Amino acid sequence: MSPSVPLQEMIRAIRSARTQCEERGVIQRECAAIRAQFRQADNGGRSHNLAKLLYVHMLGYPAHFGQMECVRMIASPRYSEKRVGYLGAMMLLDEKQDASLLITNSIKNDLSNSNQYIQSLALCTLACMGSAEMCRDLAPEIDRLLRASNSYIKKKAALCAVHIVRKVHDLGELFTKAARSLLTEKNHGVVHGAVVLITELCERNSETLERFRKTVPDLVQIMKGLVISGYSPDHDVAGISDPFLQVRILRLLRILGRNNEAASDAMNDLLAQVATNTDSTKTVGNAVLYETVLTVLDIKSESGLRVLAVNILGRFLLNNDRNIRYIAMTSLQKIVGTDHNAVQRHRGTIVDCLKDQDASVKRRALELSLALVSASNIRSMMKELLSFLSSCPPELRSQTASGIFNAAERYAPSQRWHIDTILHVLTTAGGDVRDETVPNLIQLITNTSELHCYTVHKLYRALLSDISQQPLVQVACWCIGEYGDLLLTGECQETEPVQVTEDYVLDVLETVLQSHMSSPSTRGFALTATMKLSTRITENVDRIRSIVSIYGSCIDVELQQRAVEYNALFKKYDHMRAAVLERMPVIEKNSQGHTNGETIKESQTVKVKPGEPQQPANQVQANAAFYTVFSIVATVTVYEKDGVTVTLSCEKQSDSGLTVTLTASNSTESDIRGFTLQAAVPKSVQLHMKAPSGDSLPARGTAKLKTRADMSEVYETKVSPVTS
Amino acid sequence: MQFMLLFSRQGKLRLQKWYVPLSDKEKKKITRELVQTVLARKPKMCSFLEWRDLKIVYKRYASLYFCCAIEDQDNELITLEIIHRYVELLDKYFGSVCELDIIFNFEKAYFILDEFLLGGEAQETSKKNVLKAIEQADLLQENIDFQMRLFAGCQRSRDPAQRAGGNRTDINIIFIAIHTPPISQLLCCM
Repeated sequence: MSPSVPLQEMIRAIRSARTQCEERGVIQRECAAIRAQFRQADNGGRSHNLAKLLYVHMLGYPAHFGQMECVRMIASPRYSEKRVGYLGAMMLLDEKQDASLLITNSIKNDLSNSNQYIQSLALCTLACMGSAEMCRDLAPEIDRLLRASNSYIKKKAALCAVHIVRKVHDLGELFTKAARSLLTEKNHGVVHGAVVLITELCERNSETLERFRKTVPDLVQIMKGLVISGYSPDHDVAGISDPFLQVRILRLLRILGRNNEAASDAMNDLLAQVATNTDSTKTVGNAVLYETVLTVLDIKSESGLRVLAVNILGRFLLNNDRNIRYIAMTSLQKIVGTDHNAVQRHRGTIVDCLKDQDASVKRRALELSLALVSASNIRSMMKELLSFLSSCPPELRSQTASGIFNAAERYAPSQRWHIDTILHVLTTAGGDVRDETVPNLIQLITNTSELHCYTVHKLYRALLSDISQQPLVQVACWCIGEYGDLLLTGECQETEPVQVTEDYVLDVLETVLQSHMSSPSTRGFALTATMKLSTRITENVDRIRSIVSIYGSCIDVELQQRAVEYNALFKKYDHMRAAVLERMPVIEKNSQGHTNGETIKESQTVKVKPGEPQQPANQVQANAAFYTVFSIVATVTVYEKDGVTVTLSCEKQSDSGLTVTLTASNSTESDIRGFTLQAAVPKSVQLHMKAPSGDSLPARGTAKLKTRADMSEVYETKVSPVTS
Repeated sequence: MQFMLLFSRQGKLRLQKWYVPLSDKEKKKITRELVQTVLARKPKMCSFLEWRDLKIVYKRYASLYFCCAIEDQDNELITLEIIHRYVELLDKYFGSVCELDIIFNFEKAYFILDEFLLGGEAQETSKKNVLKAIEQADLLQENIDFQMRLFAGCQRSRDPAQRAGGNRTDINIIFIAIHTPPISQLLCCM
């Protein structure tokens, strides 16, 4: 049996191995020796062997045979063995292993040991890997330690209690009283532990939260002590007294002050003091300020304090340290909905951050910029966003493109600008746009009839330079097919006209048809466009006929079908060709309900009898419509005719469920009988209608009919159960 | 905090502390991916990144990356301070700590971490108190170990790596020989 090598010898041997294979060899030999040693009786070197095994485990090699050794070592009376045994337990055992239950008894004994360092080992291990059963067994012990021990143990017991509460929520009740009394201790570690414990308890249970609101004055007192007191060498970090404790207290104050006027008032002065007095030259000061700002923005603070908080964030934005800028933008993102104007003031700095080197900062800046776009700054913002699009990292491209489209749609100052913007996006990032972009753009183009000439010229030029961006090519082909005659007239008001012959135009379309870069759907577009041109040009109809007949034997089934049909149109139905291929009518604009608080008329799907059915909700934007309905809490009148009024009110039940109450009343002189309500919803939504309270509406609004319906959203991959 | 990882510039793991229950396979996968992501970042970049649904805070000290995964509500800047505090503790303990110290004395690095953080949260905010507790615990351990080490014949070597760990033992052996520790401590550990 080779003598056991000291730990550091082994580490050196492993590190000096030149190849992976050599290293594996060394480790295998060592593991064999360790296994042999484990089987032997106690030989005094057990802790070293386990330490060696733990090192091997950290390198990534299997070490499960050490689990029982850990259990044995923990039960050993020797401190050195216990120490390594507990370390091994934290590394090798987790709550999923069966062996972890075996150490529960040892932990229990060690928790009552007279030596505080042994108690501390047990507490540390329980807090790191204690399973739910272990926590339940040992919770009373922890409670005992919370009340009656020295501060060294109390602070550890408090954090252990936090772990227990996280694992078994019900046990929170057990620790409430002890947590309260710990706040009055002098020892910073104990107070810190108590604050963390109280935070955890309040986050889990709203009743506990109510009870702990009474501690706000005490917490304010402690904070004041930390902020005003002089230099305390023990806890000082760059001039801030115990920043870790300050940050935790601020976080607890945030939870206690949320939605509560009285508590928010009590902490107002303190927050103002911390915000103004904290030194912000070092990271640690900024950490405290950051937590303060988060607290101010989340509680019911007075407006002066809010302005102070936003100004601090503004200062952060100008900080040289990239981390601070990132933090500032993350926080501004949270309040851009509520304090929009305050954030607008910093728009310039935010837009500058779009040019930052760091991808995380860029992402934050992009999200904020998109949120800050408004009717007044649309032109300048769009310039910045478009230049960002041309240089942004690939993972942000599609987000930028869709953001730009949304912004353009909401705030476009003119149609021409809108079309130009979309075309610009398609040329720079055509591959990253969503599929709906093509039909949306086509619809937009048909709707702006005065710009048909301009649009087709622009698209023709774009097509001449580059046919690789599929969405752009598709739209261009469609336009040329529709408005090719405008191209051939050789005049245009808005832009420089092209001087082309019919042959040139057909050449371009044929290039698209034959190019290997064109996707099947693009070629479909090109073929149809070619066909449409047959009614808009005069001389080269034969050329079109020949192109179409060639594709009648194309391998792609879709193209083949199209070509065959067009061929038939030429041969047998030539008299109908002009009618079939004439200009498309203006397409009905699909409404999109994407602003919160707007009327829900666009998303209604209620059918009322007797009466006209209303417009079914837009299928494409069904999700957006659904969320719009979510945001409405007030009652809306959805039908009012012939004296019958139907109102709709919504109540949000859960993240994906909604209860809608439809109330019908009758203001005519006579009763209405046989009144029924029918509802239809798009496929992305599930609807359960309950039976109405009756089916007759008495006259003169003496009584109302109520019908309840539960709606929930249906996702593609999972179906959320409808709340009943 | 959900976990803390220490790794070198070559991607070798030097310390891993997990505060959430995960299988070995999952831990390995997370470690591999995260190490790759962090090592791919350029030097001047932000210390924070979003990875899966966690916030990652990392900082590089010499050749070691200290990387923590925190939850949504946690304060990123104070996590940077926590990392810094841990490095200071290691520095004070080892005397100008370098990566080799952490490699050859990894169990001590864990013990120090366990005195500073418990269950993922800071337990002691005073540097002095943490170091004092470690010292006492070490003393407790050495009192038992000195007999074993005399037996194993640990020698003062020229190798800096072994000296980093070996030194302490030697000094302590002499120390204990001259200065008898209180009997009560010996009794409760035997």
